[in-house]
Amino acid sequence: MATVTFVEYDGTSHDVDLVEGESLMELATGNAVPGIDGDCGGDAACGTCHVIVDDEWISSTGRRSDAESQMLDMSSECESNSRLACQVKASASLDGLKVRLPEYQM
Amino acid sequence: MNAVDNVLDKAKLKVQNKVQATIPVDRQVQAAHMVEKAKRLVGGGKPLVFTERPIPDAADVPLTELDVSNPFLFRQGKWHSYFKRLRDEAPVHYLANSPFGAFWSLTRYEDIRAADINSEVFSAEPYIVLGPPPLDIEMFIAMDPPRHDVQRKAVQGVVAPRNLKEMESLIRERVEEVLDGLPLDEPFDWVDRVSKEVTGRMLATLLDFPYEQRRKLTYWGDTISSTAEGTGGTTHQDDFFEAAGELARAFMAHWYDKEARRERGEEPGFDLITLMQTSEDTKDMIKRPLEFLGNLTLLIVGGNDTTRNSMSGGVLALHQNPEQFTKLKADPSLIKNMVSEIIRWQTPLAYMRRIAKKDVHFGGQFIRKGDQVVMWYASGNRDERQFEDPDAFIIDRKNARNHISFGFGTHRCMGNRLAEMQLRILWEELLARFDKIEVVGEPTHVQSNFVKGYEKMMVKLTAKVETESADEAPVASPVATTV
Repeated sequence: MATVTFVEYDGTSHDVDLVEGESLMELATGNAVPGIDGDCGGDAACGTCHVIVDDEWISSTGRRSDAESQMLDMSSECESNSRLACQVKASASLDGLKVRLPEYQM
Repeated sequence: MNAVDNVLDKAKLKVQNKVQATIPVDRQVQAAHMVEKAKRLVGGGKPLVFTERPIPDAADVPLTELDVSNPFLFRQGKWHSYFKRLRDEAPVHYLANSPFGAFWSLTRYEDIRAADINSEVFSAEPYIVLGPPPLDIEMFIAMDPPRHDVQRKAVQGVVAPRNLKEMESLIRERVEEVLDGLPLDEPFDWVDRVSKEVTGRMLATLLDFPYEQRRKLTYWGDTISSTAEGTGGTTHQDDFFEAAGELARAFMAHWYDKEARRERGEEPGFDLITLMQTSEDTKDMIKRPLEFLGNLTLLIVGGNDTTRNSMSGGVLALHQNPEQFTKLKADPSLIKNMVSEIIRWQTPLAYMRRIAKKDVHFGGQFIRKGDQVVMWYASGNRDERQFEDPDAFIIDRKNARNHISFGFGTHRCMGNRLAEMQLRILWEELLARFDKIEVVGEPTHVQSNFVKGYEKMMVKLTAKVETESADEAPVASPVATTV
């Protein structure tokens, strides 16, 4: 089974089954990963599903769009590999993907 | 924009900046007041006054004339039916005539979210309520990116989660003090004794404002956000200017006092003023008075009416739904989700206004450049398309967090985590103390089309009966220890 790993700020790791076509935000909230809120339901409109993609995976996930930047730029924890999980669609090519969570969601 | 306009705009900006930098803020407020008074003397700009009349049922009004800007709509309990009719029959609705001019109403959740995140088309400038403020104070809630982003970033640290963590125990202490001072078994005004008191203490803490003068913050916030012209409220223009002038003077003095204290070696705090004075972008904010006043006003208004009315609304909602209170007492871990449900159910700010920056097709309608567009959060939070049984108050509602009360997009509420934290702490401490929290009689509602809140709400508390558990030693009778 393909998996995606979410690593909480304190280092706790959560392996979640990858469901193709779902967003990373949906995978996280569907599996009760703490630290991903997804308040707006997946429209890049609230900034509460911030994840930081590991360097080795950033070319597979792609970098954030302008719409994502509009929200993420306001977070003090925004890094160059920051994305909104609702804007990253899970696909077979992301099997093994690892993302870190910030300390706080905005 | 042509080249001449460009040059003129630049010149105007230069003059404005110069004026801002050389004339102290309280003088500017005074000058603006004199201009408004002069306008009234020559017969222009007559102050608006709203007189309450019974509002007809939604079904009895022609759809095109349905006016949801009526400041008595919430007080008279007509808002459910008015917004439901708009959601069902005219989700993007145009009202040609109102005391606030013509405006579009967006009432469905999806439409509101779509407009809120589209700042390219829907501008927050120059103000976000239905009518103009008497004074052009510069608040980033009413600015578009990129100016908005710069201004917001400069001050958002004060309510950022990291700062809140530092403040949690202080907030809890202050809530405890308020609750421990409440009378038992006799009705008192919850709005005054709890909701205003807790939010006032919070604001004084955030601003490091003299604690004993905290009710001034409440008064300024209330007065500034409730002008008749802006929101259909009860504030006369003269009262507005008086409050704005007082606020300006008080905070100028506060700014210089803080500066002097820090120079004398006082430890810098985690309050907004310290934050502004120690950050490169904002350390000269005092020289940009309208911006200075704007940032302070925004924080004071934003942290005043909003959480206050959720603090009252939560009590009312649980009183009206006793089975939910029973559920809560049986499982206090539901508090976190209940806080979101309270904020959804109450929706303390009913809307935000935008102006269309260009012609746009939206929801089957044609909105023209310059039109006012009102995003009715109060309606979006009761949209049947988004929330099942939306008028019900359900503390473990699955998608309560998806409420729209904080708005979406760049203007999403900056103090959302502080609001949630205050409400969570309040309910944790209430559950620890009281068995019954009863609303006595009917609460009275604020006159406003913007603030959905309570003037007065009488509440009677019953203390929790201490249950003796095995690990608790029986308390000795104080009488027995008398010597």
